Amino acid sequence: MNLTFREAMLTFKRAPLLSVLSVTTIAFSLFVLGLFGLVVVNLQDALRGVEERVEVVAYLLPGAPIEGTAQALKDIEAFPEVQSATYVSEDDALARARAELIELRDVMQELERNPLPASIEVKLKPGFRDAEHVSAVAERLRGFGFVDDVRFGRDWVEKLDRLRGLAAAVGIVVGAAFAVVAIIIIGTTIRMAVLQRSREIAIMRLVGATDGFIRRPFLLQGAIKGLLGGAVAIGLSFAAYVLINRYLLQSSFFTEEQGVAIVAFGALIGLVGSALSVGRHLQRV
Amino acid sequence: MIKFTNVFKAFPKGGLALKDVSFHVAKGEFGFLTGHSGAGKSTVMKLIYAEERPTSGEVRVSGYNVNEMRPREVPLLRRKLGIVFQDFRLLEDRTAEENVAFALEVTGARSSTIPARVMRVLTQVGLAAKAQAYPRELSGGEQQRVAIARALVNEPTVLLADEPTGNLDERATRGVFQLLRDINASGTAVVMATHDLDLVRQAPYRVIELQEGALVYDSAVDEARDQAAAP
Repeated sequence: MNLTFREAMLTFKRAPLLSVLSVTTIAFSLFVLGLFGLVVVNLQDALRGVEERVEVVAYLLPGAPIEGTAQALKDIEAFPEVQSATYVSEDDALARARAELIELRDVMQELERNPLPASIEVKLKPGFRDAEHVSAVAERLRGFGFVDDVRFGRDWVEKLDRLRGLAAAVGIVVGAAFAVVAIIIIGTTIRMAVLQRSREIAIMRLVGATDGFIRRPFLLQGAIKGLLGGAVAIGLSFAAYVLINRYLLQSSFFTEEQGVAIVAFGALIGLVGSALSVGRHLQRV
Repeated sequence: MIKFTNVFKAFPKGGLALKDVSFHVAKGEFGFLTGHSGAGKSTVMKLIYAEERPTSGEVRVSGYNVNEMRPREVPLLRRKLGIVFQDFRLLEDRTAEENVAFALEVTGARSSTIPARVMRVLTQVGLAAKAQAYPRELSGGEQQRVAIARALVNEPTVLLADEPTGNLDERATRGVFQLLRDINASGTAVVMATHDLDLVRQAPYRVIELQEGALVYDSAVDEARDQAAAP
């Protein structure tokens, strides 16, 4: 292991320019991927914000019994999809309408009788805020005898579903394309490092080095380059994020786990790229 | 030690590099492999260190059958051989000492034993004083001595030298040749490919001559025949 480490480090010392070039290439490849990742992360954030507004409202028949309603609230809250269920009395509804619908305030003041029904507002847990689950919950709410009508903005929820699907598809396809490009560029860079040392590899073999012995320093070196490249990419992405926040719009950055994942991805590409390059080289000679 | 039996080797693009070559080099022997460029000397060398496999026939080296060797056995065979080339093949960015030590390190030798073993072979080839020098700081003859030291450090049973004096002036050639003779005198078999006939005439060693891939002369066989023919 010591020898492997020493040999891997020697490469950095012997070919500093090529090493810096490798790390830079890896860094910029991952940076592009990281920028795209930032777009995806922020898009998801925005979608989540919209999703939070998905709710199902069950309007109650006039004179629905208070005790029955209270029990129903407990039952509804026990639905696996439901995050919260809130009872809004007729008076609450009117007060809210007065506060929110300013232009109709005068009309509201003159009402002799409150025309607004009481309702139960149901919010769903994340992951259940799609048309399918929302309809299912609505259907169950309709089953309660004192429920008059259930509304959830079907069109709107369906549009949200489509938007979410589109975002996921674009994320996967474009993300995969960026990842493949990154892998190819990084693989080529590592291949250059291997070719640069092909004479040395030939000599190693002549003096009786096993393929494993020859391979190990390259793997370690590839992983280290990938790790450094990943770290630099995170740094560049952070700089981009700071600039975007200052001059363009408020956005969010990767979570700690996502950052670690990007660096680990860099190390993995470095490792796999090296393994493939050295493996091919060893097979050929 | 080294045994070729009816060995044929085809070039990948057609034609034969070796045609029905058979010979045997015994333990401790010194054998010259001579012939013009392209006669097949290097192919014979490559078959011995298992860089190539015979197309047909059998090659046996130090207990290994090169025909049937698994790839993972090749390094094990090479550790029993010392190999020296015309172009030295030293690692340019390592000192003489490091080049020699490297051959030990790849075999997994105990690191505590390496410096002493390296110094011993460097002393043997007369380069102890230049252990810290890089190849570019050494003359051709000195570089070849480092290569020989590297070949010797694993205490091989056979030293293969492929045109070891091809790039050297006359004085360096004499020195390197004398070194190979000394190594042979201490019990290591030496197979030296060369087209330098002056060198061949200097010593009473076995001579195997190749011509266009065929073995056309083997002094050991001819001597045996002469002896048998003598009254």
